[in-house]
Amino acid sequence: MVKNPKFYHFLGCVIPHRYPSIEKATNLVFEDLGMELLDLEGATCCPAPGVFGSFDRVTWATVAARNLTLAEAGGHPITTGCNGCFASLWDSNHELKHDEELRQAVNDNLAVIDREFKGTIEVTHYVDALYNYAGIEKIKKRITHSFEGVRMAIHPGCHWMRPKLIKKKDDSERPHIFRELCEASGAEYVPYKDELICCGAGGAVRTADVKVALDFTLQKFESIMDAGGADIIVTPCPFCELQLDLGQVEIQKYFEKEFHFDIMHVTELLALAFGHEPEEFGLTTHLQYMQRKNQPNWEKLGIEVQKPDDAITSK
Amino acid sequence: MTNPISSDKIESEDIDPQFTERIVEAGADRIRTCIQCGTCSSVCPSGRRTAFRTRELMRKAVLGLKDEVLASPDLWLCATCYTCLERCPREIKVTDAIIIMRNMAVDEGFMLPQHRKASQKLISTGHAVPIDDANRKVRKDLGLDELPPTTHSKKKALRDVQKIMKKTGFKKLIEGQAEEGA
Repeated sequence: MVKNPKFYHFLGCVIPHRYPSIEKATNLVFEDLGMELLDLEGATCCPAPGVFGSFDRVTWATVAARNLTLAEAGGHPITTGCNGCFASLWDSNHELKHDEELRQAVNDNLAVIDREFKGTIEVTHYVDALYNYAGIEKIKKRITHSFEGVRMAIHPGCHWMRPKLIKKKDDSERPHIFRELCEASGAEYVPYKDELICCGAGGAVRTADVKVALDFTLQKFESIMDAGGADIIVTPCPFCELQLDLGQVEIQKYFEKEFHFDIMHVTELLALAFGHEPEEFGLTTHLQYMQRKNQPNWEKLGIEVQKPDDAITSK
Repeated sequence: MTNPISSDKIESEDIDPQFTERIVEAGADRIRTCIQCGTCSSVCPSGRRTAFRTRELMRKAVLGLKDEVLASPDLWLCATCYTCLERCPREIKVTDAIIIMRNMAVDEGFMLPQHRKASQKLISTGHAVPIDDANRKVRKDLGLDELPPTTHSKKKALRDVQKIMKKTGFKKLIEGQAEEGA
């Protein structure tokens, strides 16, 4: 086990530009666990695998490879909290290490900016960093606010663990790593039939047809309700988070069905479990609350908020 | 009139044998071993609610029905969740095959306007989902840098990635068609 590991923090687009609360929560949680996050200066979009991987594989791999070379220059692994960014960066890193023809094409393109993919670093997801570097025991010891009694559904999403034969870290048909990480918070795991189906946003589907994408999400929500309902849904991906969070507002508009789940990225859940106040990282800035002009269900979360009017949204 | 589908051989002008070969070469090398069992369609969350039929797509790909596949808007309804790939008894890289076919579709000019718009954002800002004013304020309120240390605050980095997208032909692919009003 590496002592005080350092990671280049790959932000991507949705975390810094739509859910910055995840960025802040991640900074808090990693610091609490003695893991250093370094800026990956000059990074771009991963670029999104759904649209750009589908449009032109070589461009996708080249832009991803440029991001990888930024980390190679400093010699530390990358960590990202987005399943989409992970898919682009991990997959391109893997493909470039194993596909000589692609590597040649990508390096020919990178030559115009005097860069070269060398294949010297690894790409991790926050989940991997937390599970493999910090470890569940260390995380459990850090918990000061247990979520005992809170009903928690989890949405692992797709790209951090699939395809299992290539990613080789969890059995994507019976995954346990993400669940263990979430259960460290003390929350009560609620199994539901459609836990493993996609949120609907990926593969450029949300951009192509938002109603189709939301229909996936609706199926997931109804499956959770069939399992007795849940107070929170935890995910390791900001794009899934957007789909589950803002998606509730959109589902109400398109399907006239109302849901009120509090959605959290796993680092937001852990930030709260480590005793940070919600306003420290801006939990109430989630798009669902901003658009509905409401607040998380503090009572169910077991969090005392004295003056909700002081929350960051109303400043 | 002769039936184009004889018991000996399927003959159709729509068949392009090179199409299957290109899919194989691009990485979905086991696609010809497809036994049409339908596992891919039965586990597909998109197929439950749309006309997207993975099994049909795989069959058309193996037959070489290029134009029919590439022109179909259904090709864009796969959420790339990989469930079909995980469960395919022939271990065919189904999702990869779909991505390869999408690359070919784009190459032939089939591109949804909203996907092109996202691509234009990548070219102009380095991000498919760029920052907006509301978000800058939230970031500031949270004590984060108003602009992250990405291409949003590093102009040289943006120029570099724009150079790459020019070199690969991506800029022309996206903007060339915009000029033609496609």
